[in-house]
Amino acid sequence: MNPSERPNTGQPSVFHTSRRRFLATTAMGLVALTASGARAKILFGTGLPWDSGSIEPPRQVLPGPWTFFTPREGELVEAIVERLIPADDLSVSGKDAGCAVFIDRQLSGHYGTSDRLYMKGPFQPGLPTQGDQTDLTPAMTYRQGLKALDDHCRRTMDGKSFTDLSPDQKDKLLTAMEAGEAKFDGPVGSGSLFSLLLQNTMEGFFADPIHGGNRDMVSWKMIGFPGTRYDYRDHVLKHNQKYTLPPVSIGGRGDWARKG
Amino acid sequence: MARKLPHKDVVIVGLGWTGSIIANELCDEGLDVVALERGPWRDTATDFNIGYAADELRYNSRQELMLRPAQTTVTARNNAGQTALPMRQFGSFHPGNGVGGAGVHWAGITWRFSPADFRLRSHFTERYGAQAIPDDMTIQDWGLTYEDMEPYYDKFEYLAGVSGKAGNLNGQIQDGGNPFEGPRKREFPNPPMMQTYGPTLFAEAAAKLGYKPFPIPSSLLSRTYTNPLGVTMGQCTFCGFCTNYGCANYSKASAQTTVLPVLMRKSNFELRTLCEVLKVNLDSTGKKATGVTYVDTSGEELEQTADLVILCAFMLDNVRLMLLSGIGKPYDASTGTGVVGRNFCYQMANQVVGFFDPAKYNFNNFIGGGATGMAIDELNNDNFDHGPLGFLGGGSTRCAPIGAEPISKRPTPPGTPAWGSGWKKAMRDSYLSNLSVGCEASSYANRGNFLDLDPTYTDRLGRPLMRITFDFPENDVKMSAYVTKKVAEIVRAMGAQQSVEYPRTGPWSTVPYQSTHVVGGTAIGADPSTSAVNPFLQSWDVPNVFTVGANVFPQNSGFNPTGTVGALAFRAADAIRSRYLKSPGPLVHA
Amino acid sequence: MTRIRLAIAAALLVTASFSVIAAVTAPALADDQDFTLIERGRYVATAADCVACHSVPGGKPYAGGAALQTPFGTLVAPNITPDRETGIGNWTEEDLRRTLREGVGRGGKRLYPAMPYPAYTRMTDDDIHALWVYLQTLEPVSNAVEANQLPFPFNIRLLMAGWNLLNFEPSSFKPDPQKSEEWNRGAYLVQALGHCGTCHTPKSALGADDNDRALQGANLQAWYAPSITADKRQGIGNWSVEQLTAYLKTGANHQSLASGPMAEEIQNSSSKMTDADLKAIATYLLDRTPPAGKAPAPLAADDARMRTGGAVYTDTCMACHGGDGKGQTFLFPTLAGSGLVQADDPATLIRLVLDGSRAVATDDRPTGPAMPPLGWRLTDADVAAVVTYIRNSWSNAAPPVSAGDVAKVRKTLAQAN
Repeated sequence: MNPSERPNTGQPSVFHTSRRRFLATTAMGLVALTASGARAKILFGTGLPWDSGSIEPPRQVLPGPWTFFTPREGELVEAIVERLIPADDLSVSGKDAGCAVFIDRQLSGHYGTSDRLYMKGPFQPGLPTQGDQTDLTPAMTYRQGLKALDDHCRRTMDGKSFTDLSPDQKDKLLTAMEAGEAKFDGPVGSGSLFSLLLQNTMEGFFADPIHGGNRDMVSWKMIGFPGTRYDYRDHVLKHNQKYTLPPVSIGGRGDWARKG
Repeated sequence: MARKLPHKDVVIVGLGWTGSIIANELCDEGLDVVALERGPWRDTATDFNIGYAADELRYNSRQELMLRPAQTTVTARNNAGQTALPMRQFGSFHPGNGVGGAGVHWAGITWRFSPADFRLRSHFTERYGAQAIPDDMTIQDWGLTYEDMEPYYDKFEYLAGVSGKAGNLNGQIQDGGNPFEGPRKREFPNPPMMQTYGPTLFAEAAAKLGYKPFPIPSSLLSRTYTNPLGVTMGQCTFCGFCTNYGCANYSKASAQTTVLPVLMRKSNFELRTLCEVLKVNLDSTGKKATGVTYVDTSGEELEQTADLVILCAFMLDNVRLMLLSGIGKPYDASTGTGVVGRNFCYQMANQVVGFFDPAKYNFNNFIGGGATGMAIDELNNDNFDHGPLGFLGGGSTRCAPIGAEPISKRPTPPGTPAWGSGWKKAMRDSYLSNLSVGCEASSYANRGNFLDLDPTYTDRLGRPLMRITFDFPENDVKMSAYVTKKVAEIVRAMGAQQSVEYPRTGPWSTVPYQSTHVVGGTAIGADPSTSAVNPFLQSWDVPNVFTVGANVFPQNSGFNPTGTVGALAFRAADAIRSRYLKSPGPLVHA
Repeated sequence: MTRIRLAIAAALLVTASFSVIAAVTAPALADDQDFTLIERGRYVATAADCVACHSVPGGKPYAGGAALQTPFGTLVAPNITPDRETGIGNWTEEDLRRTLREGVGRGGKRLYPAMPYPAYTRMTDDDIHALWVYLQTLEPVSNAVEANQLPFPFNIRLLMAGWNLLNFEPSSFKPDPQKSEEWNRGAYLVQALGHCGTCHTPKSALGADDNDRALQGANLQAWYAPSITADKRQGIGNWSVEQLTAYLKTGANHQSLASGPMAEEIQNSSSKMTDADLKAIATYLLDRTPPAGKAPAPLAADDARMRTGGAVYTDTCMACHGGDGKGQTFLFPTLAGSGLVQADDPATLIRLVLDGSRAVATDDRPTGPAMPPLGWRLTDADVAAVVTYIRNSWSNAAPPVSAGDVAKVRKTLAQAN
C-alpha cells in the first residue's frame, strides 16, 4: 500500500509503525532502565524527546461489511437510525449519513467493550445519581437489546419485524422505547437501548466523518459548523456575520483533490 | 518486597501543573529530583497533532486524554446512609492523565481568589455575625492572606502568560478590569483576548444593568509571548477545541507550553512515566517519610527513597495517598474530628441558555476557546450583601463561548423532541443563535461532605478506591437559585426570545459533566485540628511531605481553581527553597 | 534524529580493530597541562563539532559514534578518547596531525571523507596542537567500535587513495589580506573548523565538494542544507549579521528556527562558541554573494496547483504559520521570504510536512517547538500542492513541486525509519 494514498485508505502509515516507538530507540535522553530491570520509561536531562512515529492518527472508517453487527442487527440499526434522523429537506437520513456504520465500528473498538471503564464488581443497582451500574458493555447492550426489540416487535405487531413496519409504526414504537414503556424481555430495558441508540446515532451524525458517519460532512454543512479549521482569528471581530469557508474534516476536504 | 532504587533528594508524585513548577524550582536549587507520572508522556506536535487534535468524538466524547477508570476511579454517594458505587465512567468531573495532567485539557480561565476567600470564616463572622454561618458549614480560614499569595499569583500569571486587564493595581481601581479583585502589583503580562459577538453583547447588556463587565483572565494567549523561563507561546486562534482537548498550536498554557521545555533540559531532573505510586513510606516513628513505593508497567514494585516527598497528583489522588499512607488523622464525619478527607467541596455550576431569533442573531459559537469571553463579578462571593438573603457565597458570571462541537453543544429550547425532523429543524435553527451565560459559583464545606477509603471497591492493584460522600448543601442550592435568576435578567436584556435557567440543584449526580473543580480533603490552615497541611502546604504530621493541589482548599470560591493551584505551587516551592532546606523540619509549630 | 548529517561521502578513521604493537611510553604531558591551552583545545573540539559524530546520544562523549548512513553504506565514527586498546591512547600528535591534514590515520590507514579532513586540512598547527592536548585530558573510555561497515568494494580503504588523488589535496588556510581580521577569522571557522561546506556545499558524483558552488546548498538525501551565501532569494542574504549570529547562538531568529542536522550543530557547537566568532562567521558568510541566479516567475495564483495548495494551507497550516506566511517569532518560522522555502531543492520542506521536526532548544531559546507530522493526512499530491503554494506566495518564487518529488522523500523517510 502506498502510504501516500492515506488517509483515505485507512491503512497505517509508515510514520507510526509502533506507538511510542521512541521509548525503545536511541532518541536523546531516553533510556529504558534495563540495567536495573525496571520497565519504566525514563526521560532526563536532554530536553524534549522527539519521535514522529509516536503520533496516533485516526484511520478512515469506510463502508463495508459489518465488523460487529450480524446482518440482521445491521438491518435493524439502519432502520432505526433512518427514523431517528429521517431524510428531509435539511439532510439525508442517518442511514445514508453512515450512522449505522459508525456504530458498528465503535462497538468493535474500545468503546464497545468498555475496555477503558471500571468494570470490577460487585455490580449492584444504584441510584440515578450514581450513573450506569450495569455489567453490560455497549456491545452486549446492542446484542441483547436488539434481539429483545425484534422479539418484542414480532410479539406485539402481529408477527411483523421492526423493519417491516411503516415509518409511523416505527416512530410509535421508538417513542414508546424512549419513554421506557415498551416491555422488553431480558436484561436490557427498552429505555436503556433507546438512549444508547440515540446517543450513538447523534455521535455518528455529528462526529468527524473519519469515524464513518457524517458522510460528506452533511451535518456540519446543515448547521454551519466549519469542522476542524483551527483558526478563526480573522473572523472573531466580524460580529453577527456569516462564516463562509466550507467545513474541513480530519481527512481534508474535496477541494484538495482538484486535479491541476 | 519492593526493589530499592538509588536515593534521590526529592520525589514528586505527578507531573502536571504543580509537579512541573515545583520540580523546576527545586532543580534550580541543585536538588536531584525524580518525578513519577502515572500516565504517558505527552507532547504538542505528536499528541495534540494539529491534523487530528480537533476530534470531538475522540477527545470529548471518549475522553482520550482523561484518566482511564479501569486504572483508577472513585465511588460516590450523596450521604452516609447510601452505599457508594463506583463511577464506572467519569461524568461529573474529568481527572487528567499523563504528563501535564488536567492542565492539558483545562479551559484556561485563570483567576485569583478574593482577599476574603483566604479568611472566609473570619470575614463572614465580622460582616454578618457568627450566627450567619450554619452549624454544619465547616468553612474556615486558610491561615494565610491574599497579600501572602500575591507574589505567587504574579509568578504563575507571568509563567502562563495570562491575558487580561487588571481591575485593581496597588489599590487603584482600574477601568475595564474586575473592580472586586484584590490589589495586583502589576498588570497582566498580556492584553485581553479579542471578543466575539456573544460576549460583546453580554457586556453591553450587563453594563446597561449597572454591572461592570471585564475580559475573562485567560491562559489562552492574546499574542506571542515569551515567559520568564524563556519559553515562547503562541497566539490563540479561537479554534473552539479547547476544554477537554490538548492545544495544537502552543497557545494554551500548560506544563508542556510553559515549564517542561526548560525542566526537561536539566540534568538533575528525571521523569519516569507510566509509574503509579502506591504509597508514601514512613519510618518506624511514623513522623518521617522515607520515599515512595510505586509500580511500573511490568507490575514490579519499586521503592524510591528520597528526603522529600511532594504529592502533586490530581487532588483526589493526593488525598487518597495520604489516607493509604497513614499521613494525618482520617476524618470521622460522625464526630467531626480528624483532618484527612475533611471539607471536600465542589463548584456550583449554574447556567442560563438564551435562545435568540435566528434571523437576527448569529453568534458563530464555534469561534471560541475555554477562556475567551467577558465576565462580571458583582454576583460573586461576598461582593453583594448577603444579610437579608439567607445564604452565603456566589459566583463569577461569564459569557464564554468555548466552542460549538456539535455532538455535545447544540442546545434546543425546552419541549423540542430529541429526534426526528422536528428536532432537526429546531436544532439547526438554534445552533448559531443560542448563547449561554454561566455562573461558576462557590461551594462551601459541610460537615457531612467528605472523602474516605471505600470499604468494598478496589482498583486494579487491590487498593481501596477513594469514596466521595457529597451533596450540595442547602446554602449553596439557595445561592445558585439566586444568582441564576440574576443571570437570566442579563440574558433577557441581551434580547433573547427565551431564556432557560439551569440553577444547580441537588442531589449531586455523578453523571452529567459539571466541572473538574473538586477541591478539599487535606485543608490548609493554621490549626492542626482542622487542617492537614500548614500554611506552607507541609503535612502537620510528616514534615518531609508536602502536597500541592486543590486538595488543600478548605472550601471553594466562586472562581475556577487553577490560578490559585498554580500560585500554591510557587508558594510551596518557595517555602522549601527559602525555609525548609535551611532547616528541615516543621515550618510551623502548632 | 536520524544521524545522516554526514551522509555525503563515505569515510572514517581506522582504529578500532587495528591492534597496535606497544606504544612504549606515554607522551610527555608535563608541558601540556596548561589551562589556557586545554581550554583552547576544548573550544577547537567544540567549533569542529567532533562530538556530533564521535559520540552516541546519551553515551560518553568522544567514545565512538552511532552508525552514519551514507550513500555507500554504514560508517561509525571511532573512539577518540585516549584509551590504549580501543581509542587513540597509542597515537602521537603527528598521527592526529596527519589524520586531520591528510586524511591518513595512524599506520597509514586512509580515511573515508565522512571525516571532514577536506576541511580540517586547513586547520592551523596551533589549533591541532591544542586539540591534541585536550583530547589527551579526556577520561579514557574502553569502547571498541567497528568503524568500517561498508559493503564491498567501498570497504577497501585503498580506494580512498585513488579518491584522494582525484579530489583531495592537503592545503592550509590562506587569509585574504584585502579583508578584515574578523572576515578572515570567519573564513577560517567556516572553511576549516566549522566544516560548513560538508553539508552546505554541493558534491560531485564521487562525493567531493564542488568548490565552484561552495555553500550554495546541498542535498543530504533526507534533508536539503540550504544556501548559506548572501543570495537574497535562496540564501540568507536578507539576514543581518546580528540575525545570523542570533540564529547560530540560540537556534532561532526573527524568521527561522533550526531543526534537523542544523539543530544538532547548534546544540553541540555554535551555541557554545563566542559571540565574536559567530559574528566573524556571519561577516564572512554574508559577504559571499554567488552569481545572481535567475529567479523563476512565481506561479499564477489561479494555477490549479496554487488553488489546491492554498486550500490545503488554509485548512492545515494557517493556524501556526498565519494567512500571511509570517508565522510567530521563535515559535513558527516565517515562510514569506525564506531562503529554505524558495530553495531549488524542496527536500527539507517536503520532509518537514511529511514527518515534522523538533526545533533546537538552547539555553537562550529553550522552547523547542515542533512541526507536527502530517504525512498521514496529506497525499503526495496534497503535499506537492501546499509546498508549491508556499514557494510561490507572499512574493516567494520557486519551481513547483511534483507528487513524484514527494513520493521520493516519503520513500527515503520510510527507509530511514
